[in-house]
Amino acid sequence: MVARVQIPKEAKRGEIIEIRIVIQHPMETGFRRDDVGRPIKRNVITAFSCKFNGAQIFRADMSSGISANPYLQFYTVAQASGEFEFYWIDDEGNQGLEHQSIVVSG
Amino acid sequence: MSGRAAALALSALALAAGARAQERAIPLDQLRSGSSFLSGDLRALQNDEFANPALLWVERGEKLWREPAGSAGKACASCHKDDAASSMRGVATRYPRVDAASGKLMNLEARINDCRTARMGAEPFRYESEEMLGITAYVAKQSRGMPIAADIGGPARTHYDTGRAFYYQRRGQMNLSCAHCHEANWGKRLFAETISQGQPNAYPAYRLEWQTMGSLERRLRACLSGVRAEMLPYGDPAYRDLELFLAWRGQGLPIETPGVRR
Repeated sequence: MVARVQIPKEAKRGEIIEIRIVIQHPMETGFRRDDVGRPIKRNVITAFSCKFNGAQIFRADMSSGISANPYLQFYTVAQASGEFEFYWIDDEGNQGLEHQSIVVSG
Repeated sequence: MSGRAAALALSALALAAGARAQERAIPLDQLRSGSSFLSGDLRALQNDEFANPALLWVERGEKLWREPAGSAGKACASCHKDDAASSMRGVATRYPRVDAASGKLMNLEARINDCRTARMGAEPFRYESEEMLGITAYVAKQSRGMPIAADIGGPARTHYDTGRAFYYQRRGQMNLSCAHCHEANWGKRLFAETISQGQPNAYPAYRLEWQTMGSLERRLRACLSGVRAEMLPYGDPAYRDLELFLAWRGQGLPIETPGVRR
């Protein structure tokens, strides 16, 4: 699974920063059928979370209503330098993990 | 004498036919990229250097560019300069083109697979595989913003003629040629959609209908299916000839790969 994460490398303390992530995933709804009419098993990312220095700052419980290759954008206040951890898991049990760090000054 | 006159008359006829065959149904100054028929939101998504979903494939392509494969132990970057931004700049604008060695018309996909089998000793990528889409998108992206400059002279000419004939041939249960939508009626509505000019400058592109990336060939197959015609198999030479005609027809339009389309 490929994912692209974008957060600022540096920020000032108290600054609102934008976090963006795109995850490559088919988000198969489970409602479709293949060429010979067999149902295609549902496979969507069910849970996504973002932690900062171990504390959860954002969580999304997703289902079949989200389109393929989900794109998430959210905000947080920069309080200290540290590491963001992004984690997600799909119906088949495939997990994704990304890390990105930030330096906060002031 | 009369034989010579007849030959002259024939060549004059051929010239006239040749000139007609090069007439442009859409003049160069009226060309419009598919992105100009999109909503503002989608155009913004295509131009977003982060959120454009096609960049997921480009990222994979960049890895493949540096990753050695096959019996020769080479990667793309071993022969071409490591920095694709300079070595691959403008390359996509010139495809499809006739390969001098084999005399075959090759699109970017065919060229990459030829490199893999002949020079790297690796397995060719399958059509529409994640790898093929990734590497073609990565290579074509290096030409972003540069105008299409396909060459239809010399050995490419017969391919161009075949492609042009395919374009204007009615087909399928709808009995429509490509031109009936994309030349006679572009800009008008077809149910909820605006008919585009059918320009090839954004492919491989991320298409919302597919929810994934796809090549120009896949897009052409979708049109064939749309007019209820028989879809030719992937890799059929007819697609490449048509791609060459489309490239000539869209000459001068800037490459937008990796594009986002409906």
